[in-house]
Amino acid sequence: MDMQVPKKKLSLKERYTLMTRDLAWDTSYQPKEKVYPYAGYEGIKIHDWDKWEDPFRLTMDAYWKYQSEKERKLYAIIDAYSQSNGHLGVTDARYLNAIKLFLTGVTPLEYMAHRGFAHVGRQFPGAGARVACMMQAIDEMRHAQTQIHSLSNYNKYYNGFHDFPHMYDRVWYLSVPKSFFEDAMTAGPFEFVVSIGFSFEYVLTNLLFVPFVSGAAYNGDMGTMTFGFSAQSDEARHMTLGLECIKFILEQDPANLPIVQRWIDKWTWRGVRLLSIVAAMMDYMLPKRVMSWKEAWEIYFEENGGALFKDLARYGIRMPDCAAQIAKEKDHLSHQVWATFYNYGAATDFHTWLPDAEEMDWLAQKYPDTFDKYYRPRFEFWREQADKGNRFYNKTLPMLCQTCQIPTVFTEPDDPTKICYRETTYKGDKYHFCSDHCQHIFENEPEKYVQAWLPVNQIYQGNCFDDGVDPGAPGFDPLAAVLEHCRMVHGRDNLDFEGSEDQRNFEEWRGMSKRNA
Amino acid sequence: MQIDLRTVSIKPLRHTYGHIERRFGDKPASRYQEGTYDLQPTHNFQYRPTWDPDREIFDASRTRLKMRDWYAFRDPRQYYYGTWTLARARQQETAESNFDFVESRNLASLLSPELLTLALDLLLPLRHVAWGGSMNNTAICAYGYGTAITQPCMYHAMDHLAIAQYLTRIGLLLGDAAALSSAKEHWLCAADWQALRRLVEDSFVVQDWFELYVAQNLVLDGLLYPLFYKVLVEDELSMRGGTAIAMLTQFMTEWYAESAKWVDAQVKVAVAESPGNAALVSDWIAGWQARAVAALAPMAERALGERADAVMDDLAQQFAARLAKLGVNA
Repeated sequence: MDMQVPKKKLSLKERYTLMTRDLAWDTSYQPKEKVYPYAGYEGIKIHDWDKWEDPFRLTMDAYWKYQSEKERKLYAIIDAYSQSNGHLGVTDARYLNAIKLFLTGVTPLEYMAHRGFAHVGRQFPGAGARVACMMQAIDEMRHAQTQIHSLSNYNKYYNGFHDFPHMYDRVWYLSVPKSFFEDAMTAGPFEFVVSIGFSFEYVLTNLLFVPFVSGAAYNGDMGTMTFGFSAQSDEARHMTLGLECIKFILEQDPANLPIVQRWIDKWTWRGVRLLSIVAAMMDYMLPKRVMSWKEAWEIYFEENGGALFKDLARYGIRMPDCAAQIAKEKDHLSHQVWATFYNYGAATDFHTWLPDAEEMDWLAQKYPDTFDKYYRPRFEFWREQADKGNRFYNKTLPMLCQTCQIPTVFTEPDDPTKICYRETTYKGDKYHFCSDHCQHIFENEPEKYVQAWLPVNQIYQGNCFDDGVDPGAPGFDPLAAVLEHCRMVHGRDNLDFEGSEDQRNFEEWRGMSKRNA
Repeated sequence: MQIDLRTVSIKPLRHTYGHIERRFGDKPASRYQEGTYDLQPTHNFQYRPTWDPDREIFDASRTRLKMRDWYAFRDPRQYYYGTWTLARARQQETAESNFDFVESRNLASLLSPELLTLALDLLLPLRHVAWGGSMNNTAICAYGYGTAITQPCMYHAMDHLAIAQYLTRIGLLLGDAAALSSAKEHWLCAADWQALRRLVEDSFVVQDWFELYVAQNLVLDGLLYPLFYKVLVEDELSMRGGTAIAMLTQFMTEWYAESAKWVDAQVKVAVAESPGNAALVSDWIAGWQARAVAALAPMAERALGERADAVMDDLAQQFAARLAKLGVNA
């Protein structure tokens, strides 16, 4: 037999290059501008896509191997958890409302990320970057589906999970996450990766991930905990992609810096406003609490994020201006948001409640400068009124911020007793904002934000009723019609936790599982 | 004997999500159903895309095809991420042991130099064709309408990427990095590959995503895979002592057989929807098929010489038979 001449051994990097970007070529029958039509209009200058450093080197064979092992384990646990009625092991049925928020407000974002990364996975002229984005596109589909599958069992037994995609397109507070993601997806491909890949995945994702997944672990929700942990290694890949994108763009041309800085400023603020729902969830919805929102903010944004921005300083990137206001808000945010949900509890697909005495003490201890002074008296007053039979559900629709779409409920950064309102006039129309930063975002791109589909405004214009509903009919109840349009059942999906069907069923079923009937 | 294990049984309030129940009734739903139907947002879009300001983010008018219900596009394989990954991981294991088998027994050295050259000449430029297929399916996922068809296209895009990577490994196993670069040179410059490269590049600028689906997944792949992997590799090269090569392309053969069933199901549904759709699809096929046949002919000739014409005729007949089954008027 012939002696084999030993082949030159390729380095991992050379081999990965042959497996990915070497598959691509410069087209000559069609001009580059037609093949990648969206690469230029944002003004980002890329001179050499070959300088792209692959953030991870995963070929499809290895990808399938790792991911299939993870899937096998995950679904085995989901099955076992469902089969053994694992839902009866959660600390308290109030906890379920946190995961309703997750399914209606976060899972649809995973889906959007799937489509968004497919879009940039097609549009970037650099093949290395495209492959990384395509992988993220399927990972995001994985996350959406594992969440839907894990939470499917809760939907069988509890209310409010039942129509999450329908609600995502229609329910008032869900326009906050919806407008966030659609803002990113309607931007150009570079802004998309800076907004989602960097600002969200890299800077802010821990603030979403840790509260929900640790919250699940702390509260006996093995289903949610398992998909969270299983997603972690994917997230690690997504974070390295986000960071590589930002470094690559900045290294390519100094003229990219001001554009990128404006995007980081914008998306940090957009992200923080989005996370205010998570803040309320952490401080008010978890029966067994992991840490306070403020603590999470300090660890994951101020410490970790601070170190990151120090690292990026060599490119000229500075900490977003909004960081100063966020630092002031961290003592207030969760309380103001939860108070809002409590007010509008007739129009949510989850239940609300007031913190009990022990919970208020915890909040006072975590927020020593603000809770007892500003928020405890409010909650105690509401408790007193509720006990007297005067539970007040606000049925007047609030003014929404044109940018983040949260009701204008936040206070002035330096005066927690005064609601913060900002407004501007554009082409003769007046627009309202919750903050200077949301106003600035609007003013940078007014043509985009004037299009916003604000639920409150749409309800008043009569666009949120089912077809055939006659708002002129005698005795017409607009809020009831809106709930119906959102497929929420009044008295079942909304209102106080106390007295809800969820509460009654959980008690009864838990009794069945622990005692002999 | 079966023993029923006792668990605490609680009567559920409902068996599945509301949107699944409205389609299939209140009964336990499959993971494919829950992970697919109605997932894509359809209403109340906030802003128009800056990259396509005349349309919504998801907009049914990005194709001329019209469907009353875009979720009529059911995947007969019922792939959601989990089942797709598990299926591919199993196929990957087989592919891995095939590569090991060929490598450890040094089967490449048993191939005659002419056969080896022919195999590399035919297969390695296909890396780039597969890469094009990956790009196109990524585009369909991005701009298509309804999760039922966009989801499998993303998996299909990754499958194409994997095939490009298997072809790369074949190049490295039977040749070396220089073999890959000379094949790329052929792809870019050699006369007999240019019609195919032009077709692939033209597909990159197709704006209608269902036309792209037809051009890539039905027409180009529907002619290319049977020609290369069945006729040229499995029949011709094997007969000339190149069974080892067929082992290395087993993934492609099996993948094509499986995914063609999915492609057929989609086209069938689209055509059955309305005479308007049927006319569109047959126009698209007619336009792309003639080009694809002409683009593939030089490779058949390179491998088969004067037998090429007969083989191409056969191929066209088989393809026509396939189309007839789908209800397409060719």
